[in-house]
Order: sequence, then C-alpha cells, then structure tokens
Amino acid sequence: MGRYIIRRLLQAIPLLLIISIVIFLLLQSSGDPLATMGGRRTVRPEDRARLARQLGLDKPVYKQYIYWLAGNDWLKIDFDGDGIPETTGTRKGVLRGDFGTSLVSRGKSALSLIGERLPNTLILMIPAEIIMLIFALSIGIYSALRQYTWVDQVVTTGSFIGYSMPIFFIALASMYLFAVNFRKWGLPYLPTVGMFDPKVGKTFGQVVLHMVLPIFSMSVVSVSAYSRYVRSQMLEVNNQDYIRTAHAKGLTDRQVLIGHALKNAAIPIVTLVGIEIPFLLGGAVVTETIFGWPGMGRLFIDHLTRSDTPVVMGILMLISVAVVVCQLITDIVYAWLDPRIRYS
Amino acid sequence: MAIPNPENPPAAIARIEKTQLTFIQLVWLRFKRHKMAVAGIISLILLVLFAILGTAFTTEAYSNITDTSIRLMPPSHEHPFGTDTVGRDILSRTIYGGQISLMIGLIAMAVEVVVGVLIGAIAGYYGGIIDSLLMRFTEAMFNIPQIPLLLVLGKLLADKVPPLNLFGREFSGSVIVIMVVIGLTSWMGLARIVRANFLSLKEREFVTAAHCIGTRNGPIIFGHILPNTMAPIIVSATLGVANAIISEAYVSFLGVGVRPPTATWGNMLNGAYQYIESAPWLWIFPGILIVLTVLSINFIGDGLRDALDPHSLVESK
Repeated sequence: MGRYIIRRLLQAIPLLLIISIVIFLLLQSSGDPLATMGGRRTVRPEDRARLARQLGLDKPVYKQYIYWLAGNDWLKIDFDGDGIPETTGTRKGVLRGDFGTSLVSRGKSALSLIGERLPNTLILMIPAEIIMLIFALSIGIYSALRQYTWVDQVVTTGSFIGYSMPIFFIALASMYLFAVNFRKWGLPYLPTVGMFDPKVGKTFGQVVLHMVLPIFSMSVVSVSAYSRYVRSQMLEVNNQDYIRTAHAKGLTDRQVLIGHALKNAAIPIVTLVGIEIPFLLGGAVVTETIFGWPGMGRLFIDHLTRSDTPVVMGILMLISVAVVVCQLITDIVYAWLDPRIRYS
Repeated sequence: MAIPNPENPPAAIARIEKTQLTFIQLVWLRFKRHKMAVAGIISLILLVLFAILGTAFTTEAYSNITDTSIRLMPPSHEHPFGTDTVGRDILSRTIYGGQISLMIGLIAMAVEVVVGVLIGAIAGYYGGIIDSLLMRFTEAMFNIPQIPLLLVLGKLLADKVPPLNLFGREFSGSVIVIMVVIGLTSWMGLARIVRANFLSLKEREFVTAAHCIGTRNGPIIFGHILPNTMAPIIVSATLGVANAIISEAYVSFLGVGVRPPTATWGNMLNGAYQYIESAPWLWIFPGILIVLTVLSINFIGDGLRDALDPHSLVESK
C-alpha cells in the first residue's frame, strides 16, 4: 500500500507540470494586466514599458514560466531599462512555495489572497457537503427500499428534475421566493447577499443565516444527482447473495442495511465526493457570484477577468493538487470499503 | 401452459421477430413507453418552433435596439416579456438567443462526439503505447476543472475571433469560440466509454473475420466496430447537448462567454441577479427556457438509454 501511494504521487508530478504549463500559456495570452493598472486613466507607453519590465512581463513566455516555477533569485534582471542586468531577482518560485505577487491587489502575495478567501469557502462548503451527503443517503436508501411505490416514483422524478436544473436558476428562484417575496408578504425572510449584515457584524448567527440560501441551491442539484446513484447502487446490492445470506441467518432489516448493504452501496458516493471535493475548494463560482459570498470562486472570476495570472494560477494549481490527492484518497477508501480491491 | 399471463419474454421476442420490425421501429416502440421522454420530445419541438417561428414576428435588429428611456419596463402589451437594462425587448431576445443557445448545444455536441469517438476508438483499437498516451491525456483533461477551464478559454479567445456573417446574419465571433471550447472540454467521458467498448469488441469474431478478408484498419474501426457501439454514443450525444447549453449559460452568465449584442439565453442572465428585486422578468424568462430545454433533452436521453439497450424487452401490441 505504501509503495502504491508513493508511485501514484510520483506519477502525479508530470501531470501537474503539464497542467501548469498549459494553463500558464493560456493565461499569458488571455489579456493585458497592465491595461487596468492606471485606474480610469490610460497607462502611458513609457510607464507601461517600465511596469512590464519590473513585473517581468516583457520576458518571453517560457522565461516567465520558469520564473514562476523556480523563481528568479538565482539571476540578475534588468530593472531600470538600460539593458544591463543589475538587480537580483526576488521571486522564489512555486516549487519553493512562492506563488508570486498579485498584479491587481498590489503588494499582496497570491498566497495571502487565497489564504484570506479559502476559510470563507470552507465555511460554506463543508456544511454544504455534509448536508448533501446526509440527504442523498437517506433519500436514496429510502426510495430504494420502497422500489416502485409512489414515494419512489416521486423521488425518482423529482431527483431527475433537480439534477437537470442549472444552479443559477435555483439560486435566483430561491432568492426571489425566500428573500424578496417573503419580505413583501411580511413573512420572516432570508438575507440574499454577503456573509453577514454589516450593521450586525460577523456573528455566528448572521453567517449561518446567510448560508441558508447558497447551501439550499447547491444541495438541490447535488442531492438529486447523489441520491440517484445511491438508489441504483442500493438496488443492485440488495440483490446480492450475501444480503440474502444475512437475512437468512436472522439479522433484522436494520442490521442488514447498516452492517452489510451500506458499506458497498457507499462506493459510488465515495467516487462522487472524491471528484467534488477539489472543486468545492475552488468554490462554486456561480453560487458565490449570485450570493455575493467572498470565497474562492469569486476571487477566481474577479482576478481572471483582470488577467491576474499569479492568483489565477495559484487557485487552479491548488485545485489540481487537490484533485490528485482526493483521487488517491478515494482509491484508498475503496480498498477499505471493499476488501476485494487490492493495489500492488 | 400453466401461467397464461403475463406473457413470458421469449414469446414477446418471437412475436416481434415475426412481425419483422426494423431496428428503428423497435427502438421507437420501446421509446414510446417512456412517457416523460415523449413529453420531452414534444416540449423540445415546441421550444425549437418558438425559436424558429418567432422570427416571423420580430427581427434580429429589433432585438438589438437599445432605448434607455424604456429600460427595465415590466411585461406589457408592447413588450410581453418586458425590457432589459438597456431597453431591449426581452421576448425577441429570447427568440434569437434561443437559436444561438440551441445551435451552441448542437455544435458543441458534434465537436464532443467527433473528438471523443476518435480518441476513444483509436485508443481502444490500437492499444499499447497509443492507448496509454491517449488515456493519460484524457486523465489530464479530467483533472482540469471544466468550468474554470471554460472561463479561462472563453476569456482568452472570445474577443479574438472577428464577427462573422452566416445565413445573412452577423454572429459575434465568441459564439464559434464557445461552441468549440465547450466541445473540447467535454469529450473525456465519451472517449472512455468508446474505448471500453472497442477493447471488448475488437476481440470478437466478426472483427477477426474482417481482418482475415483483408479489410484495412480504417474501415474496421468505422465500418465494423463503431456501428456496434452507437447506442452509448447516441445517449451521450443527447445528454451532451443539454450539458453544452448549461455550460454556455454558466460561462455567459459570468460575462466571459458569448459577447453582446448577440443574445443567448445564458448571457441574458448576466447581471440579472442584481435586479432580482426590481426586475425579476430579466431572469425568469430566459431561465425557464433553459430549464425546459435541458429537462426535455435529459428526459429524451433517459428514454433513449432504455430504448437502445439491447437487454430491454418490449411488450408489443
């Protein structure tokens, strides 16, 4: 097992390198970060040249990538534009944990920007994922145990519809109903945007209240998708011989369900969660945008539209690493859930 | 027989074989039983008619007229769906936007199918080093999150392609970019399915027979093996249309997809959340149209999955 993990991690290195090169190339040609640096005024050509030189944007792409990856403190760069390299570089490079400085939020490192937003995203996503799992498992198992009853029919159709819904529609519709119209009708209503009411402050109650609608919107789609998998897997497991054996030796339904069926029925859920967690780290771009949640998703889209390569690269690499790690964890959990799976 | 009813499956099959149904008829027979899928087809036809026949009542130029003196007007007799933030008529924009959204769905699906089938077929048929290289590549594509990648590519390319004229209409170049980009970021699942099918089919006798009579690799791949793996491809392609429409909506919703003035259902929603309280018609109409389209297509895909499954039996009349 240990050797398997090491081999998988070694295999991931070239993969991550290739991903970083591809994304870096795409981002380099995707826009001009200098265009918006002068605020409302257009940037003068001589300022532009100076900025590009100081930020290293005048270098060819492959050099910029090497500086991003390995830093430039091992060579001298031309800082004042006289053609003679004289200043030692300051960047350490990603390999040594330096993701560079944001081009938009001047003076802040990409890592500190991400560090500010990541907790906000986690505050939203961890409860969301837990709620989704609880609902998906209970709905899926319940309807599988009552296959072809009207409850099952309603659940199957409902989950099909929910799973076809684009998240922005659910988000906008729930916001319209529970926030706008509830207020109009004089009912207790939910807040729509942000993490807390500035008048009240960032208290626990406020944050929870502001989490209700985003979590609801995300859950509708994910619970529908998850519960469909749980239901079909549960139906398959229930037809297996070992379940019949368990019943035959006199276990109660509950014991069979919890002790025997559930573990095998959980395998597709582990896959789904393993795929989803990395993307949760990246934040739900659409959900966070609609509900004004100051998380990673909005950081990503705000800095992408302003061509802030270091921050965008930082977020994407974080997600990519998370994907690799989560896939590995998923595989390990498989082996634990199903002893027939062995890795060598 | 002791049990006259229900009829046992072999008898049902025998009866179908007797009546000499073609494959298409057989599929249709199975498909018809799926009520939601039939409802999906009907509602999809209505949606397509809305986008096509609507053009008889309004022109694209009209859908792009901006008049800020009538901005954010609620639905009225003159503007049945209201007007948007710069005073454009939302009804005519949903008609022309619908054409673009549906077209994006179809063409992105075509790109997805071509790339997915080619990569899957080549990897599965040739195996060995080609297979492992292509599958590593597929895996790498899977590892890049799709929505962020779409956003990066949309931002990168959408402004670079000049507007183009097609069928006498002016399209924003970003339409083409978005179609291709969505197609190029969504083929991985299909490639894996096709590869898996090729791996098992290439060992079958009919393929060996084709090799023996000297058939070349190309005709074997496309003429012999591919037709046997059409069912999952058709189902993936159907669902691919719905996914492409949703992906376009996500990207355009965030403002890096199809650029105005060309309307799509997705970019009509861009910024609409800021008017959730004052102008709900901004998002209700395009939003409902997207939901209806995606739902219909998904129901059709679900019905096709059952209908094309060779193991599913049919109770014919």
